[in-house]
Amino acid sequence: MVNVKEIRKDFPMFSNNPDLVYLDNAATTFKPQCVIDAVTGVYTQMTSNIHRGDYDLSHRISTAYDQTRTHVASFLNAEEDEIIFTSGASASLNMAAYGYGLTNLREGDVILSTEAEHASNILPWFKVSEMTHSKIEYISLNEKGELTVENFKKAMHEKVKVVAISYVSNVLGYINPIKDITEIAHEMNAVVFLDAAQAVPHMKVDVKELNVDFMSFSGHKMLAPSGIGVLYGKKDILEKTDSYMMGGGSNARFDMCGNLLLREIPYRFESGTPAIEATIGLDAAIDYLEKIGLDEIQTREAELKRYAIEQLSKLDNIILYNPDAETGIITFNIKDVFAQDAAGYLNSKHIAVRTGLHCAKMLVDILKTSDTIRASLYFYNTKEEIDRFVQVCSEITLEKCIDIFF
Amino acid sequence: MNEMLKNPAVLREIIMDHYQYPRNHKLTEDDSYKKRHMASDSCIDDITVQSKIEDGIVKDICFDGVACTIATSSTSIMSEMLIGKDVQEAMKLVENYFNMVEEKDYDEDLLEEAIAFQNVSKQANRIKCATIGWKAIREMLQESEGEVNE
Ligand SMILES: Cc1ncc(COP(=O)(O)O)c(C=O)c1O
Repeated sequence: MVNVKEIRKDFPMFSNNPDLVYLDNAATTFKPQCVIDAVTGVYTQMTSNIHRGDYDLSHRISTAYDQTRTHVASFLNAEEDEIIFTSGASASLNMAAYGYGLTNLREGDVILSTEAEHASNILPWFKVSEMTHSKIEYISLNEKGELTVENFKKAMHEKVKVVAISYVSNVLGYINPIKDITEIAHEMNAVVFLDAAQAVPHMKVDVKELNVDFMSFSGHKMLAPSGIGVLYGKKDILEKTDSYMMGGGSNARFDMCGNLLLREIPYRFESGTPAIEATIGLDAAIDYLEKIGLDEIQTREAELKRYAIEQLSKLDNIILYNPDAETGIITFNIKDVFAQDAAGYLNSKHIAVRTGLHCAKMLVDILKTSDTIRASLYFYNTKEEIDRFVQVCSEITLEKCIDIFF
Repeated sequence: MNEMLKNPAVLREIIMDHYQYPRNHKLTEDDSYKKRHMASDSCIDDITVQSKIEDGIVKDICFDGVACTIATSSTSIMSEMLIGKDVQEAMKLVENYFNMVEEKDYDEDLLEEAIAFQNVSKQANRIKCATIGWKAIREMLQESEGEVNE
């Protein structure tokens, strides 16, 4: 069992903001003291650059940095040389799309995705498809906005070379059936790019079991600092991936005649001085999550989500768009109130949520609106916080949303 | 200033009215109009403002889009205030409005119904809503001033 009272003591944001109900965890999460200490520890005790420093301090920080890679690998059940550090999920998604897409896609090839993807998972492919004259096709979502294996099968054909989808949608919070999708995709020789930004922080993710080819996520959505993200890539796929970011760290030797010896994988993908302190912070964050247990975290979030839906369903001024989604993402609107006005009212009562604008036609057809409010939970949220959130939602009217300006 | 405009209940009514019945809420195909599509990543308001500025006069302003109460009503009020004004006068009203929203010195008497947004800076994250339409017209006014000078 997660002892949430004790857990909240680890997060200074709670004691520093006693009035705040933070329900924007899908955007970013609070940081526990151990992560903060790991970061400041780099500044106060270990400051130096990694690799190649000919002194003890540099050796120490390099060891701490490398240890994070080992830790991330075991966390995901991957191999160490399959873990590339990036600045975040967006950087990972771009690196994979350009690095693999530009060298492997040909005119007429198809990139298969959905209309529920985060911009960072689809816009790189817009560009790659333009540059390679390949084409993007979309898998139909069902009436609830879910991606089903059946619809995936229907959308799959031999021209599909890339499948780019999320594990958990940041809009509707459904967990997609990745294992089945990967199996079918591989049978037809397509490579699977998984955006796991909303999955890795919330559940056990095993890349061998999922058998995906690439996977991306961000540290800051899982208690770690911003500025660190991960790109997982299967070794044989990384061999076929171009490292377009060149510079110090990516090469072993080069000369002015154009001879270049790239470093081995994964280093050839990591040019320049990385976010060292954020990386070491990620190590501490994974420690923290593992101590609680990812299965525990998933169970607790599902329970909080069910409770929130139960309470919200009792209100007659609420529209819920994803009551069945198992993760902690609650997408909703207040009847007859524009999302941003309702979010403004919630903010005036110190409840932090986020509004989203959906431009994909398919999603608008399913939601019957282009704008929604998203409340997203993490394991450290409480039923009391949900009660306060539900209470404030129940009060919202258009008039009250304007009243906050007087 | 009109005493009525000091009453919060009246001001709230003004916002409600301009939100529920926005004025000049349509777009035109007429290509003598300038046009600005205003959308940003930090806000879900998404509006297009058009204006016809001719012989140094703001002949017409219209707008449409998906937007919150504050963005819709502030743009609606802006359109009513500025139509018929000459560019210089309009510019003065626009700058005065921005001064109010940005908590600088401003002239209350020039604001008319826009005084309803006097407190918008208290909800700092909504300032962008109260200025989205005004930014659009400011850009178009500036552009037209440039054209006159050329
Ligand atoms: C599903 C998904 N993918 C990608 C991203 C991008 O993450 P980042 O902004 O950390 O690069 C996000 C963040 O909101 C997300 O929710």
